[in-house]
Amino acid sequence: MKKITLLIALFTFAFGTAQAKEWKQIRIGVEGAYPPFSQTEEDGSVTGFDIDIANALCAEMQAKCTLVKQDWDGIIPALLGRKFDAIIATMDITEERQKKVAFTNKYQHIPARFVALKGADFVATEEFMTDKKVGVQRATTMDLYISDNFPAAKIKRYGSADEAYLDLKAGRLDYVMADSAAITDGLLMKEDGDKFAFVGPELNDPQWFGYGAGIAIRKQDTDLAEQFNKAITAIRANGTYQKIQDKYFTFDVYGAE
Amino acid sequence: MDFSIIVNEYQFYLEGLWTTTWLVALALLFGLLIALPAGILRSHENWLIKGPIWAYMYFFRGTPLLVQLFLIYYGAAQFDVLRESWLWYYFQEAWFCALLAFSLNTGAYTAEIVRGVISTMPAGEVEAAKAYGMSRWQTLRRIILPNSLRRALPAYSNEIIFMIHGSAIAGVVTIVDITGAARVVNARYYAPFEAYLAAGILYMCLTFSVIYAFKLWEKRYQHI
Repeated sequence: MKKITLLIALFTFAFGTAQAKEWKQIRIGVEGAYPPFSQTEEDGSVTGFDIDIANALCAEMQAKCTLVKQDWDGIIPALLGRKFDAIIATMDITEERQKKVAFTNKYQHIPARFVALKGADFVATEEFMTDKKVGVQRATTMDLYISDNFPAAKIKRYGSADEAYLDLKAGRLDYVMADSAAITDGLLMKEDGDKFAFVGPELNDPQWFGYGAGIAIRKQDTDLAEQFNKAITAIRANGTYQKIQDKYFTFDVYGAE
Repeated sequence: MDFSIIVNEYQFYLEGLWTTTWLVALALLFGLLIALPAGILRSHENWLIKGPIWAYMYFFRGTPLLVQLFLIYYGAAQFDVLRESWLWYYFQEAWFCALLAFSLNTGAYTAEIVRGVISTMPAGEVEAAKAYGMSRWQTLRRIILPNSLRRALPAYSNEIIFMIHGSAIAGVVTIVDITGAARVVNARYYAPFEAYLAAGILYMCLTFSVIYAFKLWEKRYQHI
């Protein structure tokens, strides 16, 4: 009897600590092909807004973080497959994704936009968009938005936004749709970027674009979400967030509180 | 495990199956048109003829198909000369670039098969043809080709299967082939297992049809 009580006590102990565990080692999945949020440098390291935010959050939580690079369209399966514990990759919080993963509070909110050759026409109607060639990164909120709203357009899906910019420059595409900040940094400010300009309005309909970008984690890791949420609030309050934002953007990327 | 999404999105897969089929079929046809003369002339005595063929086969067998596709799709777009010429009408289409890369690739491999079977032709048969007074062209058409191409069938069926499977990379240049369809479905539902399993089954169906067709074909020759 004594032994059994001991066993039960041990079990509760082991289980109890596992549940209220404070995460000290966190592997974070990042993309590395979505400047200025995440880009791969010549030496193979990743830099960018997401990366700086990840590092700031880890410092705030006093956790040891490892960044793991992962292609975008496999990033959620990789999280679920325990290749890493969290995704910090400008991932919009949407209902479709919430079926698979949980999100922390948002850490930024940037509208999506279309970009095209300077002077190009653009009307956001199904009729106008018929047979127009639109490039978009596969598995993004933009991909869903275009698929749902302009099914008659010729939608070209790419593994990364960079490839879509290449084809826009080559004249294979009429429009590319992406995060406005990503377009600014990845296309407009690069070589030959002055030939292109935004068209149409800023798009942030929550039905497709969700409620800003959050950190995705596995559904059962609620303690980790809690930890991240506290850290987000903390770096917002102590000015670290502001400092990182100013390094990359001239506008407020957090949006309304 | 939720296979209802595959059923719901079946039109993606059907479209993908069709794309893969015509893309591979056309590539094989063009590849064969390249391979026959290239394989035969590869053994020509004149270096001016066999040199370029050697270089072509060396390059396309020496580099990965994915690299060749990138070279043609993204690489070609870099040259303004090409972009301003009439050729760009074709090169701007992803399917054309894929078809070109696939045709040149399978052409090089098939040429090697053709060269191999011709060089292992029984010398006696060729000598007999010569004794009958056949010209070189007649010998080639009546004796060498029928004999060697028959022996090439097993190796060629392998090449077709490699091409079907190799075509899975068409998706990286925005083509919605079978793999492309699986990626679209996976992107939407985050269900990689279901999405890619369905793609795998479709590839298997394609491959087994090819294997079966070749089995029938080879059997026909055994009875002659």
